[in-house]
Amino acid sequence: MGITKRFGALVANDSISLELARGEVLALLGENGAGKSTLVSILFGHYVADEGTITAFGEPLAPGDPAAALAAGIGMVHQHFTLADNLTVLDNILIGTEPLWQPFSRRRAARAKVRETAARFGLAVETRRKVSELSVGERQRVEILKALYRGARALILDEPTAVLTPQESRDLFATLRQLVAEGLSIIFISHKLDEVLAVSDRIAVLRHGRLVALRAVAGATKAELAELMVGRKVVMPTRERGALGAPVLQVRGVHARDAHGGVLLDDVDVSVRSGEIVAIAGVAGNGQHALAQLLSGTLAPDRGTVELLGRRLSATPRDWVAARVARVPEDRHAIGVIGDLTVWENAISEHLRTAAFTRAGFVRRSASRMHANSIVHRFDVRLSGIDVPARSLSGGNMQKLILGRALSVGASATPTLIVADHPTWGLDIGALAYVHQCLLDAASAGAAVLLISEDLDEIFALADAIAVMFHGRLSEARPAKTWTLSEIGLAMAGGGEAGSDEVTRAA
Amino acid sequence: MRLEARAEVSRTLQVAAPFAAIAVTLVVCSLLVAWSGAPVGGAYRLLLEGAAGSTFAISETLTRATPLIITGLAVTVAFRAKLYNIGAEGQLYAGALAAVGVANAGLSLPTAVVFPLVVAAAMAAGALLLIGPALLKTRFHVDEVVTTLLLNFIALLFVSMMLDGPMKDPMAMGWPQSVAIPEELELGKLAERSRVHSGLLIALALAVVVWIVDRFTAFGFEMRAVGANARAAAFAGLPVQAVVLKTALLSGALAGLAGAIEVMGRAGYVTLDMSPGYGYSGIVIAMLAQLNPLGVVAAAIFVAGILVGADSMSRAIAVPTYIADVIVAASLIAMLVASMLARYRIRFK
Repeated sequence: MGITKRFGALVANDSISLELARGEVLALLGENGAGKSTLVSILFGHYVADEGTITAFGEPLAPGDPAAALAAGIGMVHQHFTLADNLTVLDNILIGTEPLWQPFSRRRAARAKVRETAARFGLAVETRRKVSELSVGERQRVEILKALYRGARALILDEPTAVLTPQESRDLFATLRQLVAEGLSIIFISHKLDEVLAVSDRIAVLRHGRLVALRAVAGATKAELAELMVGRKVVMPTRERGALGAPVLQVRGVHARDAHGGVLLDDVDVSVRSGEIVAIAGVAGNGQHALAQLLSGTLAPDRGTVELLGRRLSATPRDWVAARVARVPEDRHAIGVIGDLTVWENAISEHLRTAAFTRAGFVRRSASRMHANSIVHRFDVRLSGIDVPARSLSGGNMQKLILGRALSVGASATPTLIVADHPTWGLDIGALAYVHQCLLDAASAGAAVLLISEDLDEIFALADAIAVMFHGRLSEARPAKTWTLSEIGLAMAGGGEAGSDEVTRAA
Repeated sequence: MRLEARAEVSRTLQVAAPFAAIAVTLVVCSLLVAWSGAPVGGAYRLLLEGAAGSTFAISETLTRATPLIITGLAVTVAFRAKLYNIGAEGQLYAGALAAVGVANAGLSLPTAVVFPLVVAAAMAAGALLLIGPALLKTRFHVDEVVTTLLLNFIALLFVSMMLDGPMKDPMAMGWPQSVAIPEELELGKLAERSRVHSGLLIALALAVVVWIVDRFTAFGFEMRAVGANARAAAFAGLPVQAVVLKTALLSGALAGLAGAIEVMGRAGYVTLDMSPGYGYSGIVIAMLAQLNPLGVVAAAIFVAGILVGADSMSRAIAVPTYIADVIVAASLIAMLVASMLARYRIRFK
């Protein structure tokens, strides 16, 4: 009721009042930074509200105490799972539920109770297996089971589909419907409109910390929700397909292992032509990161060749930058920018030791700042000045800075190759549309684009050809229009090989 | 009670933090002074007079500050690049020993040639002592805190061995001390009847040079980038390992130079107690200065003043000189807390 939360001058939640009814799925919809996570964190006791109170099942809920929230029957499934990999499913569920002075854990009774709970809600998981052996979807079921085991009657799911394949998402939705049918209440956080429409009963839209709309799902449309979420009409850029040029990037038979000998890339072949956008789909953790590193100059292949315009490049970022490869890394905070350095310093970091920015060992300050200003201007980076630390930029503006730095290479504005690893991850729709436009423009101007993404909407909106990655192996890239959604989902789960051969022959 | 990050860290708070830290330290340490039975106000007054109450007091403080400024700079450059050099003490001794060794090598060369050779030898010795830990860090991810810290003991024992053996002064009546450097290599005094020497000017010039390198050169950019986020720096194509190694050379060379200047300006020869922990104090000074090369000068003078003042205070009343070490150590802790509070606010709820 009337929840307000401030962080300094920022009002993350501005007197939000919401009610969750028994047996319903309430979706919390909003862009990044709209205050969804803050709100549920207050609900679950991670934060304390500056104003307002929470009532759970008729009782006032003590603020700032997750244990109280658990006791009141509120369960939470975080976006990043809180499971111990080296323990079994049962142990993970039991952690924290047993009193410390009890000498032996009552496993038999606990196992029976877990099985009973699992059966009742249709959450099939083998309790003896180690969590490290489970798939992402199974892990999520364990998280849900954990909450239910503790007697949760209201369940909060924070972006639960972010890590799932389309099929796994569908399974999750079926589970959620079953939970609701059993009388549970669910808060479902998402910024994906299709999912929200598919699974929820009511939708609460947050924008800039305010509750801007609360409505039943019946009669709501995607366009309307998007507009509520962003606060204005959003026009998504569309692809105008041009002619493809000569091959720019050619990766042949690349193998790579990590420091412990685990396979990262297994016989990967891919080629991208000038003007072409090739998308790599796949569930997180199947080798996409290694592929992005390989094509950013930060990972050396054990076997195989990587050629740019017929020339082999060494595994040093400098070579790749010099060859005019625009690299957009997945983790913009940890890799993309150096947060403690200023915006202008980050704008030139890739080209520091070139004549343009260093003379006789000294940084050419005014030239550097001019370059930074031109990026800020051209790429519409919103900031209070180029002397602020890059850390202080919002995700969208940080990404624009990284894109701007990558795309403003040398005299020619068009890079030979763009390697974009999850370029729109966590961005709001406005920034997302902007990033898409940049990639499309670059492709039209003749750049080869390799896009790595888990967002299938994004892939279908941008890609000319799609390949799917699973366990370090990359399927053959096929024209985007020959793929169906369920086919991609199947391939993402590792079952696509046989099917894809057939379709290729048919096409 | 919980901590919340401040949306913006104000410049005022950052500047105020060291002063607040020092004030808190003096209040806390007054309890110890009172415990030892001395009047707190009187004791601190004596300390202040001993540090800055007369021309002589000021000259003593500045003499003490000279090596501290240089070790403070040595630590600052290393910490800037997140190379945690705890070994400035050992590097200082290595530098001092190398300086005396070259100075007494019997080179029949003009002083104008020998002097730079002596300085270069000291810097090379200090750098050499740090390059090993730096290589181990970049190649095998060996924690440099451990290696540099332990190398201090090795360096000190090596100095002890040399002073009792090959480099022992036969005229020292059995004391373990080295032969003195030739008189013409001594640094000139800045004032009559004081010990302040031109090493102070060198230290101040070095602070300015380090500040310029840090702020305006491409190497300074690389150092700060690697220190702030080595992975992002590597992604941007900066040569992270080379930067760490170059930083190690610079930091070790500065610490070695501190040893040479201490020998040439004050002591004249090497003894095992020539440095009452200048290398370790350099860490405190660098932190007090928030790794700002110009701030190092102020922080070094503060620490030197406490050390000198406490000496004279303990001569006048019954407060042990150890209070100086306590004040310096407490000021480091207070500074760490203060710089955290400048970035976070505490909320009671």
